[in-house]
Amino acid sequence: MSDTLDTLIRLAAKRFGADPAKLRAEDDLFERLGIDSFQAVELISDVEDEFDVELPDYELQAIKTFAALAQKIDARR
Amino acid sequence: MIDWTYDSGVYELTLATPPCNEIGTAMLADLRRFIDQIDRDAHTLILRSGLRQGFCAGADLRELYRGLSDVPAEQHAPLLRKFIDEIHGVMDDLDMLPLTTVGVVHGVCFGGGFELALTCDVLIAEKSARFCFPELRLGIIPGFGGIPRLRRDVGNGLIRDLLLSGRSINAKKAQAAGLVSQVVAGGEGITAARALAAQTAKFDPTARKAAKAFIKKLPTDELLAERELFVRLAQGPALLAALKRFVESTDLRPYLP
Repeated sequence: MSDTLDTLIRLAAKRFGADPAKLRAEDDLFERLGIDSFQAVELISDVEDEFDVELPDYELQAIKTFAALAQKIDARR
Repeated sequence: MIDWTYDSGVYELTLATPPCNEIGTAMLADLRRFIDQIDRDAHTLILRSGLRQGFCAGADLRELYRGLSDVPAEQHAPLLRKFIDEIHGVMDDLDMLPLTTVGVVHGVCFGGGFELALTCDVLIAEKSARFCFPELRLGIIPGFGGIPRLRRDVGNGLIRDLLLSGRSINAKKAQAAGLVSQVVAGGEGITAARALAAQTAKFDPTARKAAKAFIKKLPTDELLAERELFVRLAQGPALLAALKRFVESTDLRPYLP
């Protein structure tokens, strides 16, 4: 697991009270975390702060998994 | 609903209409009622949301869809114009209040909510705040005065990015752009706003009001032009089709821009 993916999973787990050990790279992060659109907005802000990146929403629309989001973060760093 | 308190020259106006303070006719009437009773000798207005989800998700799209669906197409223009005129009246009055107005923003601050925040003199954003104009997705432009007000504060490059992409930006980016003047930790916005209110109370009222009138003008011509463009675009088929998609969507994330 890459550092980015590991940090992302820990961040999401902490924000939404999930067990990071049960989150997998290929999980659908919205379904797995059970979050609505408002919480998704919070997560995007957390991720941008944590990794010091900007993530335009239109680049995130097709992203479903932790692994895909981690890749996008790395591409923006 | 909205709620307000008044104590020692400070109004605290709290938006609390689930799911996220969508602006429709009821919210508009409440804001008008608040403005009309305001003591012009008060020194500070703090505007904030009492909901966890955020500051405000924008216009009440479900109400707008019902309103447009229930009447023949030829009645859309007068209906839209009446709504937009009332909105502009409320936003302009908030903008020009002779008080120092402080917006406290967290979470979603989208569309009409962003436009409401832009009427404030000072914006304090909690780290969770995100700002965006998603209106192009609906086939319209922001219609509550947002772009002319944003042009007072930030450069055209960022405005074009926000308007033409519909993307959202976080509190840190908003501060770097000059849109937000203070960024604080989650839950700390109201404390920072009350501290600012206590500072404002120390100032001579005449100087305070004159300073605001000197630095903050209404962009009247642009507001008028925006109103006309909004009404013209909103009569097109794209808005009604987009509203139908939104209202009928089963997506759990309809607010994602």
